This record gives sequence, C-alpha cells and structure tokens, in this order.
Amino acid sequence: MNLTLKIWRQKDSNTKGQMVDYKVNDISEHMSFLEMMDVLNEQLVNSGEEPVAFDHDCREGICGMCSLYINGEAHGPDRAITTCQLHMRMFKDGDTITIEPWRAKAFPVIKDLVVDRTAFERIQQAGGYISVNTSGNTQDANAIPISKHAADEAMDAAACIGCGACVATCKNSSAMLFVGAKVSQYALLPQGQIEAADRVRNMVEQMDAEGFGNCTNTGACEVECPKGISLDTIARMNRELMKANLK
Amino acid sequence: MSGFFKSSIGRKVAMALSAFFLMFFLIIHLAVNITSLFSVELFNQLSHFMGTNPLIQLALQPVLIFGVVFHFVMGFVLEIKNKNARQISYAKNNGAANSTWISRNMIYSGLVILAFLVLHFIDFWFPEMKVKYIEGDMTGMIAGTQEFRYFDELQHKFLEPWRVGAYVLAFVFLALHLLHGFTSAFQSMGSTAGRKKALQTFGKIYAYAIPLGFIIIAVWHHFNHL
Repeated sequence: MNLTLKIWRQKDSNTKGQMVDYKVNDISEHMSFLEMMDVLNEQLVNSGEEPVAFDHDCREGICGMCSLYINGEAHGPDRAITTCQLHMRMFKDGDTITIEPWRAKAFPVIKDLVVDRTAFERIQQAGGYISVNTSGNTQDANAIPISKHAADEAMDAAACIGCGACVATCKNSSAMLFVGAKVSQYALLPQGQIEAADRVRNMVEQMDAEGFGNCTNTGACEVECPKGISLDTIARMNRELMKANLK
Repeated sequence: MSGFFKSSIGRKVAMALSAFFLMFFLIIHLAVNITSLFSVELFNQLSHFMGTNPLIQLALQPVLIFGVVFHFVMGFVLEIKNKNARQISYAKNNGAANSTWISRNMIYSGLVILAFLVLHFIDFWFPEMKVKYIEGDMTGMIAGTQEFRYFDELQHKFLEPWRVGAYVLAFVFLALHLLHGFTSAFQSMGSTAGRKKALQTFGKIYAYAIPLGFIIIAVWHHFNHL
C-alpha cells in the first residue's frame, strides 16, 4: 500500500517542531507499524535526510518504550496493544497517517517522536518499591498466604509497562492510571502493607510535582492502555491516600 | 489532613463531596417544586417553611451557597491546571474513540449551568432575599391579602416563553453534567460502585429524572397559566 505520513519533526527540546509530510510506497500489510517507520527512515537516510527519531526496544509489547500517537490515538487504532504490535493491515492503501509524540508538559519532547518519560521513574523512586532485606536470609514469598483474588488483581496492576499511553490519551495529561497501578500492585499484597501510607503519599506528591493533570474519570486511559489496566486502580489509589491521611 | 486537600486527589475528593451534596439538594428542590403541579396549598406551605425556617435559612442555605461556589471555583481551578498540563495540543486527536463527549466537556455543561444559576438567582433568590431580609417581610403573603405569594410568583415567572426555553435548555445540560458526574463522584471517592451496572443504571435514571422533573414544572406552569 502507498501512504502519506504526517510526522512531528523537532530537532531538539529547545527547537520548535512542526508536522512534515512524507510518502512511503509498497508497504506490506504484514509489516508492523515500526517496520513501516524503518522503511521510511531507510528512505530518508538514502536521500541524505535526517531519519525520524522514535523510541523502541523489544518490539514485543513488553518494554513500554514505543510511544506514538497515531491518527489521534495512543498506540494507534487497535486495542490492548503497543505501537510495535500495531500492524499495517489496520490501514488502507492511500491513507494519510498522522504520527505525533506523547503530548504532556511532564513528557517534554527530546527529539521528533521521542519524549522524556523520566517523570515516571521519579514517581516510582518516590515509593514504588518494598524494602526487603536481601542479605541472604530472604523469606520465601510463597510462605506468605495470599488469596487468589488479591494475587490476580495485584498481577493485573503489575502488568503496567509504564509506556505513558494513559498520560498521552488523557485530555488532562493525568498520570493517575500509572500511579494507581503502581500503588495497587503493592497495596493488594501483604509485603506492601508496611510502607503503604508513605508510598501513596510520596508517589502522589511526586506525581503532582511533575506537573501531570488531574483525573476527571473520562475512562480514556483504560481504553487505550495496552495492558488493560483498570480504572479501579485509580479508585484504590484514592482510597489508599484517604486512608493514609486519616492515620 | 489540610495537605490532603491540596493534593490532586484531595481536590477530586472535595469536588465529589460537593457534588454529592448538590445532588442531594436537587432531590429536595425537585420534591418541593413538584408539589406545585398538584397542590397550590402544599407548595405554598413547603415554600414558606423552607424560606423561613431558621435552621434552613441560617445554617443550610449558607452551606448550600458555599457548596455551589466551591464546586464551580474548584472546577475552574482544576480545568486551568489540566489545560496547563498539555501545552501543545495534538494535530489530530480522536477523543470519541475512547471516551464520551459528556465526560470530556464537563466544563462546558458546567458553564451553561452557571449561566442558568445567575438567571435563576435573579428570578427567585435575589427578590426573595430582598423581601425577607431587606424589607423585613417574613409573612410570605401577597401584600394586603391573606394569601401566600409563592405559587403566584412561580407561575408569573414562567409566563414568558424565552425563560421557559432557557430553563429547559439549562436542564438538558444539567442532565448531561449528571450523566458523567454521578458515577464520576463515586470513582473520585475511591469507590468502584460507580462502575457497577446497578449504580450506573441508577445514575442514569437520576440524571434523566431530576432535570426532566424541573422541565415538566417549567413547561406545565407556562401552559397552565395561558
């Protein structure tokens, strides 16, 4: 298929960016979206132009690196996938595809389609962990009884890969689905109870400091999340914060 | 605890608490007004009680006004903060693919309701305050008679078609606001109940029934006075 691509080009974080049109031809419907981007970049390199910078790593939907806003949706028009899992069969010959970086003040553009998502790292560092003595006498995690229901819910929350699609798709650039997932995965398990109050307080404080917006419960994040993280995790985070402040 | 209400989640909780209070008030307001459809006497008595009872006037009314003002001011504060969180808009954004128009545009339905409240206060609340607290007439009677003035005032206001139209339009936007706001308030309070079918159905019934009730009252008095 032959396609027209409208791509955000930005030299660096200090330069103003703009949408630039490109043509790519003979794209196979079996290609992944990122392979189509590789074809474009090869074309650009061969013609002496600067290739389009975009994040990618595992290309298996696991690492959370790919992060493109395609035709007005995070990770494109398909559901429960990352950009690397999006296939060109989702598009038709002659289509125009608009490709933009995640847009959020807390995710500044580094170059072209690459954004700085270290705000998520700082939120994790603020409390997204448990303190365990690992000096050789670590207790077997299976020795602590956990209900199947709690274990399943914690695992579902832990499926978050921190790609930032929730922030990108939210009309308020809110990071509450990400933080809700990280708070939930510990709040549901016994190992997370000791630091629960400090964890939620510190992570929410860091989230606010990073300049993310406020959740208005539109539910867009849940729909666009490649890992199907539930809005229930946001409700749990809200409960955890209320509980922490009543202590 | 004061730090809690400065946090993004604390503000959500405060919005939800004020929303619950206002949604409860709407039920009371409609319950009083709906009596005007079938009993002039009952409507007048209830209006007089609500308008002169010291507990309602001096304790609940200020709380209600605070609740209304707080909900609007906090709504605007959060909207500005949220707009600032994305300084460059998407060239192409398909919001309809993942959320309802209503949920994405609460600020606009809220603004219509705010404009309506200005009209509503000019129509009813300011004249009521003037009669009772400036002129000092707490009798609730039409001057020189032994008849209550409340029902007459209500019917008189809905004589003009433009006002009925404005009220109907505002209540349509109130329905839109409530369609998202009802379940959203539960989510903000940390409850997943708003995501359960039973409460979603109840929320829809509430969001349609309350504004529809007010619409019926406005239209009824317009046509029954002609």
